[in-house]
Amino acid sequence: MYAAVCIRSFRRYSTYRAATWARVFTNTVFGFILTYTYVALWHVRPHLGGYDLSAAITYVWIGQGLLSLLAVGDLGALADLQTRIASGDVAVDLFRPVDQQRWWLAVDAGRAGYQLLTNALVPMLVGGLAFHLRLPQGSAVDVVASWVATVLALVLALLVSYALRYLVALTGFWLLDLRGVQLVYYLTSCFFGGFFLPVTVFPAALEAVARALPFIAVFQVPADVFLQHYDTAGTLGALGVQLGWAVVLLGLGRLVQSRAVLKVVVQGG
Amino acid sequence: MDEVLIEVEGVTKSFVVRRRAGRLRRAREVVNAVAGLDFTVRRGEMVGYIGPNGAGKSTTVKMLTGILLPSTGRLRVAGADPVRDRVRLAQRMGVVFGQRTTLWWDLPLRDSYELARRIYRIPDAAYTRNLDRCVELLELAPLLDVPVRQLSLGQRMRGDIAAALLHDPEVLYLDEPTIGLDVVSKRRVREFLARINAERGTTVLLTTHDLTDIEQLCSRVMVIDHGRVVYDGGLDGLHRQGRSERTLVVELEREAPPIELSGTRVVRCEGTRQWLAFPASASAAPLVAELAGRYGLRDLSVREPEIEDVIARMYGEAERADTAVARVG
Amino acid sequence: MAEARFGPRTRPARWDVVHALRCYGHIVRMWIRAALAYPASFWMTMAGNLAASGMDFVVIVVMFLHTHVLGGWSLPQVAFLYGTSGLTLGLADLFVGSMDQLGVRVREGSVDTVLVRPVPALAQLAGDRFALRRIGRVLQSGAVLIWSLSRLDLAWTPLRALVFVSLVLCGTVIFGSVFVGGSACHFFMADAAEVQNSFTYGGATMLQYPPTIYARDIVRGTVFGVPLAFVNWLPALYLLGRDDPLGLPSWFRFASPVAALLCATAAGLLWRTGVRSYRSTGS
Repeated sequence: MYAAVCIRSFRRYSTYRAATWARVFTNTVFGFILTYTYVALWHVRPHLGGYDLSAAITYVWIGQGLLSLLAVGDLGALADLQTRIASGDVAVDLFRPVDQQRWWLAVDAGRAGYQLLTNALVPMLVGGLAFHLRLPQGSAVDVVASWVATVLALVLALLVSYALRYLVALTGFWLLDLRGVQLVYYLTSCFFGGFFLPVTVFPAALEAVARALPFIAVFQVPADVFLQHYDTAGTLGALGVQLGWAVVLLGLGRLVQSRAVLKVVVQGG
Repeated sequence: MDEVLIEVEGVTKSFVVRRRAGRLRRAREVVNAVAGLDFTVRRGEMVGYIGPNGAGKSTTVKMLTGILLPSTGRLRVAGADPVRDRVRLAQRMGVVFGQRTTLWWDLPLRDSYELARRIYRIPDAAYTRNLDRCVELLELAPLLDVPVRQLSLGQRMRGDIAAALLHDPEVLYLDEPTIGLDVVSKRRVREFLARINAERGTTVLLTTHDLTDIEQLCSRVMVIDHGRVVYDGGLDGLHRQGRSERTLVVELEREAPPIELSGTRVVRCEGTRQWLAFPASASAAPLVAELAGRYGLRDLSVREPEIEDVIARMYGEAERADTAVARVG
Repeated sequence: MAEARFGPRTRPARWDVVHALRCYGHIVRMWIRAALAYPASFWMTMAGNLAASGMDFVVIVVMFLHTHVLGGWSLPQVAFLYGTSGLTLGLADLFVGSMDQLGVRVREGSVDTVLVRPVPALAQLAGDRFALRRIGRVLQSGAVLIWSLSRLDLAWTPLRALVFVSLVLCGTVIFGSVFVGGSACHFFMADAAEVQNSFTYGGATMLQYPPTIYARDIVRGTVFGVPLAFVNWLPALYLLGRDDPLGLPSWFRFASPVAALLCATAAGLLWRTGVRSYRSTGS
């Protein structure tokens, strides 16, 4: 059933063509701007944060590609959940014999699948044509291992991002206006997730804060895995961190959800 | 009061609709929303404008208010072209879109009127007088300081109508002003419109689905279908031309075979109940008298013709006439 | 009480720019009051906007922790670009930025209610959904600009002061024109908002950094294409006494008013075409 939900969601997103291409355009424009600022910075400090110039540029374009895929700026498919919470329709959903968290994960996976093919691939292709991007390097085994690890890291990143957004959407049970929460979520996830600058470039104290927060599991980690920033042990450790955050945050989501259900039962929505 | 205010001559409006046909191809299709309108409205008239959905009613109102440019034809309101002289004419007309409020959702009703005062540059004395008058007639006094979002649909419509009249328009366009309103609100709105028409000589053009609006307000009805005026005249004529029928519902004391009564026909029979249709122009009294003499009646009621039925019959007629002409030609 | 009757009809002669501006002002005041109907939400989004626009500057500061110059420009100089770019975009966004919601109104059909009033549609729609919270960017960028000016130690002359004032005014007009022109596109196509964002917010982000870091063709595009270079880059070259990476004649540095005028004219024409197209298609 969840597979069917996922496919339907994919199809639904594929109907928003104009919006998708407009988004692709914006991401590409920002990709160019960021690239030039990175080039200027890495020109002065060639190995800043442990990246060489082409790795730094690649970092930018991965970021622009994943921005929509990981729904960093918005709630992704969970915007619909939020609307249903705000309108009270969610009460109906809660008493259907489906697991809400899994249901919406399937919907969001469909969305991510569609955006992987459009919002993620197109800006990266454009970036690849305009600049020299760094692909996984080394022996055939290394390259294959990097790609496999990247796919794993990306799946886990989507899970963590989903778990975080699920929590943000659930706050709608208690708050009337979510704009403030969403803005805070957007800023913290962009900044501490490493979308603006890699956290390794941050001052030590800020980097420590970033490392203690789940947001690096959303973007910094998959980007670093792709850029072969870690050795084998480091890669496994990084994937472990992602898995840990996914489990913790999804668990937290369940806990909050049960509270929300209780609230709906007591107050009738 | 014989001055022509609205002149419409051979006006058409067609849209090009692009439709997705297949994966990439798009088919262009020309839709004639209005296919040749001719009519005039005199100052002080109150005209009902009816027709099924998609007949071109809203398109006509949009052209008269200067929102849409006609594809061909001549259109004059108070001697001016509504599109070219939009801003000047806007000062002289009021518009109420029934399903679209112009009031400010989060602010008290009064604030929306203040905005109208600025936009239309209404002099203080006129503003105070007109607002007082609208408040009195539409019973808005207790609502003035209530945020619009807390008003009921009927209260909001009354508020919208007042907003459209503060600047003393010479002509008022109303698009479905009573849609979705409760009986009491409908009555108030109708009484108010009749009043301003009588008092101010405001010309009113209203589109509606509700026959009662027309019956109580308009001496003249225009029926539009497929972008053409198919009827223009009094309400009686409409019933005559549409051969509309009223229905007499009788409940007999015991079951009987279908009643045979000259001038009527049984359209439905259900146990002791029978439905008899008779021409809307005929009086029900002699029929009732005769029935009472022949049968034991337990109950009896008269149903007015549905405007939709009347119009539907009229369209049927128009189409038949068309095909007849086609055959002759 | 004597029965109040409708008064005699009176008609103002015609509409004019002053009336249009007054109506715009009144609509703006009404939106502010409407927003203040939910004070908690208002202040929260206001603080959020301040923080959001400040984030960009934090990124710049972090960059300068690793270097003294970026593209040959110092932190106070880049802060000057950041401040002027943010201030002009912020002002334009505050005054006409909510027009990017026009697409929604076109789809709903609520543009009709605007077109039946005796005030130009632009004046009514520019004030529509005015959001005072957008002043957050103005305040934050203004603060950065003041800081940068205090560190730059410019030798102020009357001409410099004039160029500075014209920078703020013309920059706001140029960004405002992009907003209006972009919004006019909503009359022709759906989902134009996102593309418009690339030019406004994307453009403003670009102008936060020195022109020297970009490829020359891109800088040329901002001079001769969408003339964003006239917002702050070109006047800043004069104010900060720097060389032009394109080697353009020096009068370009003073040409912002001309660029602003051209932009405003182009936006006005696009807007008129948009309203006309709406008139003939109704969608």
